[in-house]
Amino acid sequence: MKPLLLFVPCLVALWAPLYNVEAPTLFGMPFFYWFQLLLIPVSAATIFAADRIARR
Amino acid sequence: MFEHVNVVAGGVFVFFFALVTVLGFIAARWKAADLDHLLEWGLGGRRFGPWITWFLLGGDLYTAYTVIAVPAVIYAIGAFGFFAIPYTIIIYPFLYLTLPRLWAVSHRRGYMTAGDFVLGRYGDRWLELAVAATGVLATMPYIALQLVGMEKVIAALGFSGEGLMQHAPITIAFVILALYTYRSGLRAPAMIAFVKDAMIYVFVIAAVVIIPYELGGFGEIFAVAKAAYAAKVAAKAVPAAGLTLAPGQIGPYVTLALGSAMALFMYPHALTGALAASSAQTIRRNTMTLPAYSFVLGLIALLGMMALAAGVHAETPQDAVPQLVLWAFPDWFAGFCFAAIALGALVPAAVMSIGAANTFTRNIWKPFIHPQMRSREEAFVAKLVSLIVKLGALMVIFFMPTRFALDLQLLGGVWMIQIFPAVIFGLYGRWFAGPALLGGWAVGMVLGTALAWGEKAWTPIHDTGLGFAAYNGLTAVAANLVVAALLSLVIRSTAPDETTPEDYDDFAFG
Repeated sequence: MKPLLLFVPCLVALWAPLYNVEAPTLFGMPFFYWFQLLLIPVSAATIFAADRIARR
Repeated sequence: MFEHVNVVAGGVFVFFFALVTVLGFIAARWKAADLDHLLEWGLGGRRFGPWITWFLLGGDLYTAYTVIAVPAVIYAIGAFGFFAIPYTIIIYPFLYLTLPRLWAVSHRRGYMTAGDFVLGRYGDRWLELAVAATGVLATMPYIALQLVGMEKVIAALGFSGEGLMQHAPITIAFVILALYTYRSGLRAPAMIAFVKDAMIYVFVIAAVVIIPYELGGFGEIFAVAKAAYAAKVAAKAVPAAGLTLAPGQIGPYVTLALGSAMALFMYPHALTGALAASSAQTIRRNTMTLPAYSFVLGLIALLGMMALAAGVHAETPQDAVPQLVLWAFPDWFAGFCFAAIALGALVPAAVMSIGAANTFTRNIWKPFIHPQMRSREEAFVAKLVSLIVKLGALMVIFFMPTRFALDLQLLGGVWMIQIFPAVIFGLYGRWFAGPALLGGWAVGMVLGTALAWGEKAWTPIHDTGLGFAAYNGLTAVAANLVVAALLSLVIRSTAPDETTPEDYDDFAFG
Protein backbone atom coordinates (compact mmCIF):
# COMPACT_ATOMS: atom_id res chain seq x y z
CA MET A 1 0.00 0.00 0.00
CA LYS A 2 2.82 2.39 0.82
CA PRO A 3 3.91 3.01 -2.78
CA LEU A 4 0.45 4.44 -3.39
CA LEU A 5 1.47 7.53 -1.42
CA LEU A 6 3.86 8.30 -4.26
CA PHE A 7 1.06 8.58 -6.75
CA VAL A 8 -1.03 11.15 -4.90
CA PRO A 9 0.81 14.15 -6.42
CA CYS A 10 0.68 12.39 -9.80
CA LEU A 11 -3.09 12.10 -9.64
CA VAL A 12 -3.39 15.75 -8.67
CA ALA A 13 -1.06 16.74 -11.52
CA LEU A 14 -3.12 14.77 -14.03
CA TRP A 15 -6.44 16.09 -12.74
CA ALA A 16 -6.24 19.23 -14.86
CA PRO A 17 -9.82 20.51 -14.29
CA LEU A 18 -8.88 20.85 -10.60
CA TYR A 19 -6.42 23.66 -11.24
CA ASN A 20 -7.57 25.03 -14.59
CA VAL A 21 -8.58 28.41 -13.15
CA GLU A 22 -7.00 31.86 -12.97
CA ALA A 23 -7.99 32.84 -9.42
CA PRO A 24 -6.60 33.04 -6.81
CA THR A 25 -3.43 34.62 -8.08
CA LEU A 26 -0.11 34.63 -6.23
CA PHE A 27 2.28 37.54 -6.85
CA GLY A 28 0.19 38.23 -9.93
CA MET A 29 0.57 34.65 -11.20
CA PRO A 30 -2.68 32.80 -12.05
CA PHE A 31 -3.53 29.70 -10.00
CA PHE A 32 -2.95 27.42 -13.00
CA TYR A 33 0.75 28.33 -13.01
CA TRP A 34 1.72 28.69 -9.38
CA PHE A 35 -0.20 25.63 -8.31
CA GLN A 36 1.62 23.39 -10.79
CA LEU A 37 4.96 24.97 -9.95
CA LEU A 38 4.26 24.35 -6.26
CA LEU A 39 3.32 20.76 -6.97
CA ILE A 40 6.88 20.04 -8.17
CA PRO A 41 8.58 20.40 -4.75
CA VAL A 42 5.54 18.81 -3.06
CA SER A 43 5.95 15.77 -5.28
CA ALA A 44 9.68 15.59 -4.56
CA ALA A 45 8.96 15.79 -0.82
CA THR A 46 6.43 12.97 -1.19
CA ILE A 47 9.07 10.75 -2.77
CA PHE A 48 11.42 11.64 0.07
CA ALA A 49 8.75 10.75 2.65
CA ALA A 50 7.86 7.50 0.92
CA ASP A 51 11.54 6.58 0.82
CA ARG A 52 11.90 7.23 4.56
CA ILE A 53 8.83 5.15 5.34
CA ALA A 54 10.08 2.33 3.12
CA ARG A 55 13.41 2.20 4.93
CA ARG A 56 12.01 2.11 8.43
CA MET B 1 27.66 36.79 -43.05
CA PHE B 2 29.33 38.38 -40.05
CA GLU B 3 28.33 42.03 -40.56
CA HIS B 4 25.40 41.85 -38.15
CA VAL B 5 27.15 39.73 -35.55
CA ASN B 6 26.90 41.01 -32.00
CA VAL B 7 30.62 41.03 -31.17
CA VAL B 8 30.38 41.11 -27.38
CA ALA B 9 27.68 38.43 -27.17
CA GLY B 10 29.46 36.38 -29.82
CA GLY B 11 32.77 36.64 -27.96
CA VAL B 12 31.27 35.41 -24.68
CA PHE B 13 29.52 32.64 -26.58
CA VAL B 14 32.74 31.44 -28.26
CA PHE B 15 34.64 31.61 -24.96
CA PHE B 16 32.27 29.20 -23.22
CA PHE B 17 32.17 26.96 -26.23
CA ALA B 18 35.97 26.76 -26.23
CA LEU B 19 35.95 26.06 -22.48
CA VAL B 20 33.71 23.02 -22.76
CA THR B 21 35.64 21.76 -25.76
CA VAL B 22 38.74 21.59 -23.57
CA LEU B 23 36.69 19.88 -20.85
CA GLY B 24 35.32 17.41 -23.38
CA PHE B 25 38.83 16.21 -24.26
CA ILE B 26 40.13 16.29 -20.68
CA ALA B 27 37.16 14.11 -19.67
CA ALA B 28 38.94 11.11 -21.21
CA ARG B 29 41.34 11.12 -18.22
CA TRP B 30 38.61 11.58 -15.63
CA LYS B 31 38.07 8.44 -13.51
CA ALA B 32 40.66 6.96 -15.84
CA ALA B 33 39.93 3.54 -17.32
CA ASP B 34 40.32 1.67 -20.57
CA LEU B 35 38.02 3.50 -22.97
CA ASP B 36 38.31 0.63 -25.44
CA HIS B 37 35.75 -1.21 -23.34
CA LEU B 38 32.15 -0.35 -24.18
CA LEU B 39 31.19 -0.34 -20.50
CA GLU B 40 33.74 2.41 -19.89
CA TRP B 41 33.21 4.42 -23.08
CA GLY B 42 29.43 4.05 -23.30
CA LEU B 43 28.40 3.88 -19.65
CA GLY B 44 31.21 5.60 -17.76
CA GLY B 45 31.99 2.27 -16.08
CA ARG B 46 28.76 2.62 -14.04
CA ARG B 47 30.68 4.82 -11.64
CA PHE B 48 28.71 8.08 -11.55
CA GLY B 49 27.61 9.01 -8.03
CA PRO B 50 24.58 11.10 -7.00
CA TRP B 51 26.08 14.47 -7.95
CA ILE B 52 27.44 13.54 -11.34
CA THR B 53 24.23 11.66 -12.14
CA TRP B 54 22.20 14.69 -11.15
CA PHE B 55 24.10 16.98 -13.49
CA LEU B 56 24.29 14.40 -16.27
CA LEU B 57 20.61 13.40 -16.21
CA GLY B 58 19.52 17.01 -15.74
CA GLY B 59 21.62 18.08 -18.69
CA ASP B 60 20.50 15.08 -20.69
CA LEU B 61 16.73 15.29 -20.17
CA TYR B 62 16.15 19.04 -20.07
CA THR B 63 17.58 19.76 -23.48
CA ALA B 64 18.23 22.89 -25.53
CA TYR B 65 15.26 21.99 -27.60
CA THR B 66 13.12 21.98 -24.46
CA VAL B 67 14.42 25.41 -23.47
CA ILE B 68 13.36 26.72 -26.89
CA ALA B 69 10.24 24.66 -27.61
CA VAL B 70 8.30 24.74 -24.32
CA PRO B 71 8.25 28.55 -24.07
CA ALA B 72 7.51 28.62 -27.81
CA VAL B 73 4.24 26.78 -27.21
CA ILE B 74 3.40 29.11 -24.32
CA TYR B 75 4.23 32.07 -26.55
CA ALA B 76 1.99 30.72 -29.29
CA ILE B 77 -1.05 29.38 -27.40
CA GLY B 78 -0.53 29.87 -23.67
CA ALA B 79 -1.49 27.39 -20.95
CA PHE B 80 -1.21 24.28 -23.11
CA GLY B 81 2.59 24.53 -23.17
CA PHE B 82 2.60 23.98 -19.43
CA PHE B 83 1.87 20.27 -20.00
CA ALA B 84 5.61 19.87 -19.51
CA ILE B 85 5.00 20.42 -15.77
CA PRO B 86 2.58 17.54 -15.02
CA TYR B 87 4.76 15.50 -17.38
CA THR B 88 7.85 16.09 -15.26
CA ILE B 89 5.90 15.72 -12.00
CA ILE B 90 4.57 12.25 -12.70
CA ILE B 91 7.82 10.93 -14.06
CA TYR B 92 9.80 10.86 -10.80
CA PRO B 93 7.53 8.77 -8.54
CA PHE B 94 7.32 6.34 -11.43
CA LEU B 95 11.11 6.28 -11.82
CA TYR B 96 11.55 5.85 -8.08
CA LEU B 97 9.65 2.58 -8.28
CA THR B 98 10.92 1.16 -11.56
CA LEU B 99 14.46 2.38 -12.31
CA PRO B 100 16.22 0.89 -9.26
CA ARG B 101 14.94 -2.52 -10.36
CA LEU B 102 16.23 -1.99 -13.89
CA TRP B 103 19.55 -0.74 -12.54
CA ALA B 104 19.90 -3.74 -10.23
CA VAL B 105 19.21 -6.34 -12.88
CA SER B 106 21.41 -4.51 -15.40
CA HIS B 107 24.26 -4.32 -12.93
CA ARG B 108 24.03 -7.99 -12.04
CA ARG B 109 23.63 -9.26 -15.59
CA GLY B 110 25.84 -6.72 -17.37
CA TYR B 111 23.03 -5.10 -19.36
CA MET B 112 23.72 -1.72 -20.94
CA THR B 113 20.55 -1.10 -22.94
CA ALA B 114 16.81 -1.79 -22.87
CA GLY B 115 17.41 -4.33 -25.65
CA ASP B 116 19.90 -6.24 -23.47
CA PHE B 117 17.36 -6.48 -20.68
CA VAL B 118 14.49 -7.55 -22.93
CA LEU B 119 16.64 -10.32 -24.44
CA GLY B 120 17.68 -11.56 -21.02
CA ARG B 121 14.16 -11.49 -19.64
CA TYR B 122 12.15 -12.85 -22.57
CA GLY B 123 14.83 -14.77 -24.48
CA ASP B 124 13.44 -13.36 -27.71
CA ARG B 125 15.94 -11.81 -30.09
CA TRP B 126 13.26 -10.39 -32.38
CA LEU B 127 11.75 -8.49 -29.48
CA GLU B 128 15.27 -7.29 -28.67
CA LEU B 129 15.63 -6.11 -32.27
CA ALA B 130 12.27 -4.30 -32.14
CA VAL B 131 13.18 -2.53 -28.91
CA ALA B 132 16.61 -1.54 -30.22
CA ALA B 133 15.41 -0.38 -33.63
CA THR B 134 12.69 1.74 -32.05
CA GLY B 135 15.29 3.44 -29.85
CA VAL B 136 17.72 4.20 -32.66
CA LEU B 137 14.94 5.39 -34.97
CA ALA B 138 13.39 7.73 -32.41
CA THR B 139 16.73 9.16 -31.31
CA MET B 140 17.85 10.43 -34.73
CA PRO B 141 15.28 13.24 -35.13
CA TYR B 142 15.72 14.12 -31.45
CA ILE B 143 19.42 14.82 -32.01
CA ALA B 144 18.53 16.85 -35.08
CA LEU B 145 16.23 19.00 -32.97
CA GLN B 146 19.08 19.81 -30.60
CA LEU B 147 20.76 21.35 -33.63
CA VAL B 148 17.64 23.38 -34.32
CA GLY B 149 17.80 24.78 -30.78
CA MET B 150 21.45 25.65 -31.26
CA GLU B 151 20.86 27.27 -34.62
CA LYS B 152 18.17 29.50 -33.16
CA VAL B 153 20.60 31.07 -30.69
CA ILE B 154 23.39 31.35 -33.25
CA ALA B 155 20.97 33.18 -35.53
CA ALA B 156 20.07 35.49 -32.62
CA LEU B 157 23.77 36.32 -32.25
CA GLY B 158 23.46 37.93 -35.66
CA PHE B 159 25.07 35.25 -37.79
CA SER B 160 23.47 34.90 -41.19
CA GLY B 161 24.69 32.83 -44.08
CA GLU B 162 23.50 31.79 -47.50
CA GLY B 163 23.10 28.22 -48.71
CA LEU B 164 25.49 25.75 -47.14
CA MET B 165 27.22 28.49 -45.13
CA GLN B 166 23.97 28.94 -43.22
CA HIS B 167 24.78 25.77 -41.29
CA ALA B 168 28.53 26.37 -40.96
CA PRO B 169 28.53 27.21 -37.20
CA ILE B 170 26.57 24.15 -36.11
CA THR B 171 28.62 21.96 -38.43
CA ILE B 172 31.81 23.12 -36.73
CA ALA B 173 30.23 22.72 -33.30
CA PHE B 174 29.05 19.24 -34.13
CA VAL B 175 32.36 18.08 -35.58
CA ILE B 176 34.10 19.17 -32.37
CA LEU B 177 31.41 17.44 -30.31
CA ALA B 178 31.77 14.30 -32.39
CA LEU B 179 35.54 14.24 -31.84
CA TYR B 180 35.49 14.50 -28.09
CA THR B 181 32.57 12.14 -27.74
CA TYR B 182 34.50 9.65 -29.85
CA ARG B 183 37.48 10.01 -27.56
CA SER B 184 35.95 10.40 -24.09
CA GLY B 185 32.58 8.67 -24.41
CA LEU B 186 29.97 9.34 -21.73
CA ARG B 187 32.54 11.09 -19.54
CA ALA B 188 32.52 14.08 -21.92
CA PRO B 189 28.84 15.05 -21.57
CA ALA B 190 28.98 14.23 -17.84
CA MET B 191 31.77 16.74 -17.36
CA ILE B 192 30.31 19.39 -19.67
CA ALA B 193 26.96 19.04 -17.91
CA PHE B 194 28.42 20.67 -14.78
CA VAL B 195 29.18 23.84 -16.71
CA LYS B 196 26.03 23.78 -18.80
CA ASP B 197 23.61 23.21 -15.92
CA ALA B 198 25.23 25.85 -13.73
CA MET B 199 24.93 28.33 -16.61
CA ILE B 200 21.28 27.44 -17.23
CA TYR B 201 20.48 28.02 -13.54
CA VAL B 202 22.19 31.43 -13.61
CA PHE B 203 20.40 32.37 -16.83
CA VAL B 204 16.96 31.37 -15.57
CA ILE B 205 17.28 32.91 -12.12
CA ALA B 206 18.46 36.18 -13.67
CA ALA B 207 15.64 36.05 -16.21
CA VAL B 208 12.81 35.49 -13.74
CA VAL B 209 14.09 38.24 -11.45
CA ILE B 210 15.07 40.90 -13.97
CA ILE B 211 12.49 40.51 -16.73
CA PRO B 212 9.35 40.71 -14.54
CA TYR B 213 10.95 43.74 -12.88
CA GLU B 214 11.41 45.40 -16.26
CA LEU B 215 7.89 44.47 -17.34
CA GLY B 216 6.16 45.69 -14.19
CA GLY B 217 5.59 42.41 -12.34
CA PHE B 218 3.93 39.08 -13.02
CA GLY B 219 0.44 40.57 -12.77
CA GLU B 220 1.20 42.88 -15.66
CA ILE B 221 2.86 40.11 -17.71
CA PHE B 222 -0.13 37.80 -17.40
CA ALA B 223 -2.61 40.61 -18.10
CA VAL B 224 -0.83 41.64 -21.32
CA ALA B 225 -0.42 38.01 -22.38
CA LYS B 226 -4.11 37.33 -21.75
CA ALA B 227 -5.10 40.18 -24.05
CA ALA B 228 -2.64 38.94 -26.69
CA TYR B 229 -4.12 35.42 -26.61
CA ALA B 230 -7.65 36.83 -26.85
CA ALA B 231 -6.59 38.83 -29.89
CA LYS B 232 -5.05 35.74 -31.51
CA VAL B 233 -8.23 33.72 -30.98
CA ALA B 234 -10.42 36.60 -32.23
CA ALA B 235 -8.27 36.86 -35.36
CA LYS B 236 -8.62 33.06 -35.76
CA ALA B 237 -4.82 32.80 -35.89
CA VAL B 238 -5.03 29.81 -33.52
CA PRO B 239 -8.04 27.66 -32.57
CA ALA B 240 -7.53 28.06 -28.81
CA ALA B 241 -5.19 30.07 -26.63
CA GLY B 242 -5.34 31.58 -23.18
CA LEU B 243 -4.07 31.69 -19.63
CA THR B 244 -6.01 28.52 -18.83
CA LEU B 245 -6.92 25.48 -20.90
CA ALA B 246 -9.92 25.54 -23.23
CA PRO B 247 -12.28 22.60 -22.52
CA GLY B 248 -11.09 20.79 -25.63
CA GLN B 249 -7.46 21.08 -24.54
CA ILE B 250 -7.85 19.24 -21.24
CA GLY B 251 -7.84 15.72 -22.71
CA PRO B 252 -4.75 16.40 -24.84
CA TYR B 253 -3.01 18.17 -21.93
CA VAL B 254 -3.42 15.23 -19.56
CA THR B 255 -2.72 12.46 -22.06
CA LEU B 256 0.29 14.25 -23.54
CA ALA B 257 1.75 14.63 -20.05
CA LEU B 258 1.14 10.97 -19.18
CA GLY B 259 2.28 9.61 -22.52
CA SER B 260 5.42 11.75 -22.65
CA ALA B 261 6.33 10.60 -19.15
CA MET B 262 5.90 6.95 -20.13
CA ALA B 263 8.01 7.44 -23.25
CA LEU B 264 10.91 9.42 -21.77
CA PHE B 265 12.82 6.65 -20.03
CA MET B 266 12.37 4.30 -22.96
CA TYR B 267 14.74 6.53 -24.95
CA PRO B 268 18.30 5.17 -25.11
CA HIS B 269 19.80 8.45 -23.90
CA ALA B 270 17.66 8.53 -20.75
CA LEU B 271 18.49 4.91 -19.89
CA THR B 272 22.17 5.44 -20.63
CA GLY B 273 22.26 8.33 -18.18
CA ALA B 274 20.46 6.30 -15.52
CA LEU B 275 22.34 3.04 -15.94
CA ALA B 276 25.65 4.90 -15.64
CA ALA B 277 24.74 5.57 -11.99
CA SER B 278 26.94 3.88 -9.39
CA SER B 279 24.04 2.35 -7.44
CA ALA B 280 20.27 1.98 -7.32
CA GLN B 281 20.35 4.35 -4.36
CA THR B 282 21.99 7.01 -6.54
CA ILE B 283 18.99 6.77 -8.84
CA ARG B 284 16.50 6.92 -5.97
CA ARG B 285 18.14 10.00 -4.57
CA ASN B 286 18.05 11.61 -7.99
CA THR B 287 14.30 11.12 -8.30
CA MET B 288 14.07 13.48 -5.29
CA THR B 289 16.61 16.03 -6.55
CA LEU B 290 15.98 16.10 -10.30
CA PRO B 291 12.62 17.90 -9.82
CA ALA B 292 14.76 21.02 -9.26
CA TYR B 293 15.24 20.99 -13.03
CA SER B 294 11.48 20.64 -13.53
CA PHE B 295 10.99 23.77 -11.49
CA VAL B 296 13.51 25.60 -13.66
CA LEU B 297 11.73 24.26 -16.73
CA GLY B 298 8.49 25.75 -15.39
CA LEU B 299 10.20 29.11 -15.04
CA ILE B 300 11.68 28.76 -18.53
CA ALA B 301 8.18 28.05 -19.84
CA LEU B 302 7.04 31.36 -18.39
CA LEU B 303 9.68 33.11 -20.53
CA GLY B 304 7.29 32.51 -23.44
CA MET B 305 4.69 34.54 -21.60
CA MET B 306 7.25 37.26 -20.86
CA ALA B 307 8.26 37.42 -24.53
CA LEU B 308 4.63 38.02 -25.39
CA ALA B 309 4.29 40.71 -22.73
CA ALA B 310 7.53 42.39 -23.81
CA GLY B 311 6.21 42.47 -27.35
CA VAL B 312 9.43 41.13 -28.85
CA HIS B 313 9.40 40.40 -32.52
CA ALA B 314 9.69 36.66 -33.11
CA GLU B 315 9.43 35.36 -36.65
CA THR B 316 8.51 31.91 -35.38
CA PRO B 317 7.50 31.01 -31.80
CA GLN B 318 10.89 29.30 -31.43
CA ASP B 319 12.58 32.69 -31.71
CA ALA B 320 10.65 34.00 -28.70
CA VAL B 321 13.24 33.14 -26.03
CA PRO B 322 16.34 34.24 -27.97
CA GLN B 323 14.65 37.51 -28.87
CA LEU B 324 13.52 38.04 -25.27
CA VAL B 325 17.09 37.52 -24.06
CA LEU B 326 18.37 40.12 -26.53
CA TRP B 327 15.62 42.51 -25.47
CA ALA B 328 16.17 42.13 -21.73
CA PHE B 329 19.90 41.75 -21.18
CA PRO B 330 23.14 43.56 -21.98
CA ASP B 331 25.16 41.96 -24.78
CA TRP B 332 27.65 40.12 -22.61
CA PHE B 333 24.93 38.42 -20.58
CA ALA B 334 22.91 37.63 -23.70
CA GLY B 335 26.02 35.86 -24.99
CA PHE B 336 26.21 33.94 -21.71
CA CYS B 337 22.54 32.88 -21.99
CA PHE B 338 22.93 31.80 -25.59
CA ALA B 339 26.03 29.81 -24.69
CA ALA B 340 24.01 28.12 -21.92
CA ILE B 341 21.31 27.12 -24.41
CA ALA B 342 23.81 25.97 -27.04
CA LEU B 343 25.75 23.89 -24.50
CA GLY B 344 22.34 22.57 -23.52
CA ALA B 345 22.26 21.07 -27.00
CA LEU B 346 25.69 19.46 -26.77
CA VAL B 347 25.12 17.39 -23.62
CA PRO B 348 21.95 15.60 -24.80
CA ALA B 349 23.28 15.31 -28.35
CA ALA B 350 26.35 13.52 -26.99
CA VAL B 351 24.41 11.22 -24.68
CA MET B 352 21.83 10.49 -27.38
CA SER B 353 24.50 9.50 -29.88
CA ILE B 354 26.19 7.31 -27.24
CA GLY B 355 22.88 5.72 -26.23
CA ALA B 356 21.98 5.02 -29.84
CA ALA B 357 25.50 3.69 -30.48
CA ASN B 358 25.38 1.33 -27.49
CA THR B 359 21.97 0.09 -28.61
CA PHE B 360 22.94 -0.39 -32.22
CA THR B 361 26.18 -2.17 -31.38
CA ARG B 362 24.86 -4.52 -28.73
CA ASN B 363 21.37 -5.26 -29.99
CA ILE B 364 21.57 -5.00 -33.76
CA TRP B 365 25.17 -5.34 -34.98
CA LYS B 366 26.41 -7.99 -32.56
CA PRO B 367 23.47 -10.45 -32.58
CA PHE B 368 22.53 -10.12 -36.23
CA ILE B 369 25.71 -9.23 -38.12
CA HIS B 370 28.81 -10.19 -36.19
CA PRO B 371 28.12 -12.47 -33.19
CA GLN B 372 31.81 -13.26 -32.52
CA MET B 373 32.64 -9.63 -31.80
CA ARG B 374 35.28 -9.11 -29.12
CA SER B 375 35.17 -6.42 -26.47
CA ARG B 376 37.58 -4.10 -28.29
CA GLU B 377 35.64 -4.36 -31.54
CA GLU B 378 32.42 -3.66 -29.66
CA ALA B 379 33.78 -0.34 -28.38
CA PHE B 380 35.12 0.51 -31.83
CA VAL B 381 31.82 -0.13 -33.59
CA ALA B 382 29.98 1.96 -30.98
CA LYS B 383 32.37 4.89 -31.40
CA LEU B 384 31.94 4.71 -35.14
CA VAL B 385 28.15 4.56 -34.86
CA SER B 386 28.14 7.59 -32.56
CA LEU B 387 29.85 9.51 -35.39
CA ILE B 388 27.44 8.21 -38.01
CA VAL B 389 24.41 9.10 -35.89
CA LYS B 390 25.62 12.68 -35.51
CA LEU B 391 26.35 12.91 -39.21
CA GLY B 392 22.81 11.69 -39.85
CA ALA B 393 21.42 14.41 -37.60
CA LEU B 394 23.43 17.04 -39.49
CA MET B 395 22.07 15.70 -42.77
CA VAL B 396 18.53 16.02 -41.41
CA ILE B 397 19.20 19.70 -40.70
CA PHE B 398 20.86 20.25 -44.08
CA PHE B 399 18.29 18.61 -46.27
CA MET B 400 15.01 18.50 -44.38
CA PRO B 401 12.67 21.35 -43.53
CA THR B 402 12.70 22.04 -39.77
CA ARG B 403 8.97 21.34 -39.67
CA PHE B 404 9.66 17.78 -40.77
CA ALA B 405 12.27 17.25 -38.05
CA LEU B 406 9.75 18.48 -35.48
CA ASP B 407 7.09 16.09 -36.79
CA LEU B 408 9.56 13.22 -36.76
CA GLN B 409 10.42 13.94 -33.15
CA LEU B 410 6.74 13.90 -32.18
CA LEU B 411 6.40 10.62 -34.01
CA GLY B 412 9.53 9.40 -32.21
CA GLY B 413 7.74 9.77 -28.87
CA VAL B 414 4.77 7.81 -30.21
CA TRP B 415 7.13 5.01 -31.28
CA MET B 416 9.24 5.04 -28.15
CA ILE B 417 6.29 4.47 -25.81
CA GLN B 418 5.57 1.19 -27.65
CA ILE B 419 8.43 -0.57 -25.86
CA PHE B 420 7.03 0.46 -22.48
CA PRO B 421 5.06 -2.79 -21.92
CA ALA B 422 8.05 -5.00 -22.71
CA VAL B 423 10.50 -3.06 -20.54
CA ILE B 424 8.40 -1.98 -17.57
CA PHE B 425 6.16 -5.03 -17.12
CA GLY B 426 9.25 -7.11 -17.65
CA LEU B 427 10.68 -5.66 -14.45
CA TYR B 428 7.89 -7.25 -12.43
CA GLY B 429 7.54 -10.67 -13.96
CA ARG B 430 7.15 -12.60 -17.14
CA TRP B 431 3.44 -12.95 -17.49
CA PHE B 432 3.67 -11.53 -21.03
CA ALA B 433 5.24 -13.77 -23.66
CA GLY B 434 7.99 -12.35 -25.87
CA PRO B 435 6.20 -12.96 -29.19
CA ALA B 436 3.00 -11.47 -27.72
CA LEU B 437 4.85 -8.28 -26.78
CA LEU B 438 6.30 -8.18 -30.27
CA GLY B 439 2.78 -8.41 -31.71
CA GLY B 440 1.57 -5.64 -29.42
CA TRP B 441 4.57 -3.50 -30.38
CA ALA B 442 3.82 -3.95 -34.09
CA VAL B 443 0.17 -2.98 -33.61
CA GLY B 444 1.16 0.05 -31.52
CA MET B 445 3.74 1.24 -34.05
CA VAL B 446 1.34 0.97 -36.99
CA LEU B 447 -1.62 2.47 -35.14
CA GLY B 448 0.44 5.31 -33.64
CA THR B 449 1.92 6.23 -37.01
CA ALA B 450 -1.43 5.97 -38.77
CA LEU B 451 -3.15 8.18 -36.18
CA ALA B 452 -0.43 10.80 -36.54
CA TRP B 453 -0.93 10.99 -40.28
CA GLY B 454 -2.60 14.34 -40.92
CA GLU B 455 -3.50 16.05 -44.14
CA LYS B 456 -1.05 18.91 -43.78
CA ALA B 457 1.23 17.85 -40.96
CA TRP B 458 1.64 15.04 -38.48
CA THR B 459 -0.59 15.57 -35.50
CA PRO B 460 0.14 14.33 -31.98
CA ILE B 461 -3.49 14.44 -30.85
CA HIS B 462 -6.50 12.52 -32.07
CA ASP B 463 -10.13 12.19 -31.10
CA THR B 464 -10.66 8.94 -29.20
CA GLY B 465 -14.36 8.65 -29.93
CA LEU B 466 -14.98 8.67 -26.17
CA GLY B 467 -15.80 12.37 -26.09
CA PHE B 468 -12.24 13.66 -25.68
CA ALA B 469 -9.06 13.91 -27.70
CA ALA B 470 -5.91 12.10 -26.59
CA TYR B 471 -2.22 11.82 -27.35
CA ASN B 472 -1.67 9.26 -30.10
CA GLY B 473 1.16 7.61 -28.24
CA LEU B 474 -1.11 6.79 -25.32
CA THR B 475 -3.92 5.53 -27.55
CA ALA B 476 -1.49 3.33 -29.47
CA VAL B 477 0.19 1.91 -26.37
CA ALA B 478 -3.25 1.03 -24.97
CA ALA B 479 -3.94 -0.99 -28.12
CA ASN B 480 -0.42 -2.44 -27.83
CA LEU B 481 -1.14 -3.63 -24.29
CA VAL B 482 -4.49 -5.19 -25.16
CA VAL B 483 -2.97 -7.11 -28.07
CA ALA B 484 0.04 -8.21 -25.99
CA ALA B 485 -2.25 -9.39 -23.18
CA LEU B 486 -4.61 -11.31 -25.48
CA LEU B 487 -1.74 -12.96 -27.33
CA SER B 488 -0.09 -13.88 -24.04
CA LEU B 489 -3.21 -15.84 -23.13
CA VAL B 490 -2.78 -17.90 -26.29
CA ILE B 491 1.01 -18.15 -26.61
CA ARG B 492 2.87 -20.08 -23.93
CA SER B 493 6.43 -18.90 -23.94
CA THR B 494 9.06 -21.56 -23.31
CA ALA B 495 12.02 -19.28 -24.04
CA PRO B 496 14.58 -19.10 -21.23
CA ASP B 497 14.58 -16.26 -18.70
CA GLU B 498 18.15 -15.74 -17.53
CA THR B 499 17.15 -13.37 -14.70
CA THR B 500 16.06 -14.41 -11.21
CA PRO B 501 13.72 -12.48 -8.88
CA GLU B 502 16.70 -11.61 -6.63
CA ASP B 503 18.38 -9.83 -9.54
CA TYR B 504 15.83 -7.04 -9.36
CA ASP B 505 15.97 -6.18 -5.69
CA ASP B 506 18.40 -4.04 -3.82
CA PHE B 507 15.95 -3.38 -1.08
CA ALA B 508 12.33 -4.42 -0.95
CA PHE B 509 9.55 -1.86 -0.87
CA GLY B 510 7.18 -3.43 1.65
